[in-house]
Amino acid sequence: LCAAVLLKDMKLLDVKLGQLPSWLAVRDFTPGGIVGAVRRGYDRYYNKYINVKKGGLGGISMVLAGYVVISYIWSYSHLKHERHRKYH
Amino acid sequence: MNLSFFDQFTSPCLLGIPLILLSMLFPALLLPTSNNRWITNRLLTLQLWLFNLITKQLMLPLNNKGHKWAMILTSLMLLLLTINLLGLLPYTFTPTTQLSMNMALAFPLWLATLLTGLRNQPSMSLGHLLPEGTPTPLIPALILIETTSLFIRPLALGVRLTANLTAGHLLIQLISTATFTLLPIMPAVSILTTSILLLLTILEVAVAIIQAYVFVLLLSLYLQENI
Repeated sequence: LCAAVLLKDMKLLDVKLGQLPSWLAVRDFTPGGIVGAVRRGYDRYYNKYINVKKGGLGGISMVLAGYVVISYIWSYSHLKHERHRKYH
Repeated sequence: MNLSFFDQFTSPCLLGIPLILLSMLFPALLLPTSNNRWITNRLLTLQLWLFNLITKQLMLPLNNKGHKWAMILTSLMLLLLTINLLGLLPYTFTPTTQLSMNMALAFPLWLATLLTGLRNQPSMSLGHLLPEGTPTPLIPALILIETTSLFIRPLALGVRLTANLTAGHLLIQLISTATFTLLPIMPAVSILTTSILLLLTILEVAVAIIQAYVFVLLLSLYLQENI
């Protein structure tokens, strides 16, 4: 018999679709809660890809690639004027 | 095509929310904090080696009182290094191209060195305004010149960093625009321009590292005179 996990502590990927609204309602959206969530995400990534015995280039490259993608999204409103079109 | 070549230097904004703070905080994600292991992971080992190298190099010419500045100078060096290098990735924003940020870094630190000198050893600091061995008739003129050069230091520090990085980014954009425009017209010239672009990118990486180093080195020199 596996112990039932509280809705509050379940990870997002384990939440069933029907439970999603109630899961969102239980989450901690205070500033302290958000900082905690960012810290947990950072620690998960760090311990999986960087804090390993033979970490390679992949760990940091994924972060940089994500940063490039996010910067593209942030600057899209400027970039859309620079496309190769005859009429802008 | 481009509205203006200076569009890349506008502060990023998303739905009216300024994002420059996120661009400035992002380097912190790339620099892990040290844990108490004897053998750390590869990134942390590299980072600790780099920190030791930078700190030793900066603190060599300073006396013991100057060693109190080790943390701020090393962290400033790391900040500028990571911000400059991250700015070379495509589509990213470089906060150090903004004169406001560089002046905000240069001016208080220069003023701190000046006030430290004037407070602890005022005659020594003022003595720096006159180099040794100047002929007597030249003394008034030289003091004026040295005072001007003293007051221009923070301006020079900030503008040097801004101008170098802005010029580099602009050149990259200009030459890449030239490459794209020439590709359908004269492919051979376009290939030549691509090779220029490759060399320029290597230069920009070097400039990013060197400018960070020069900024902090000059600050440590000003500190040396005054502490």
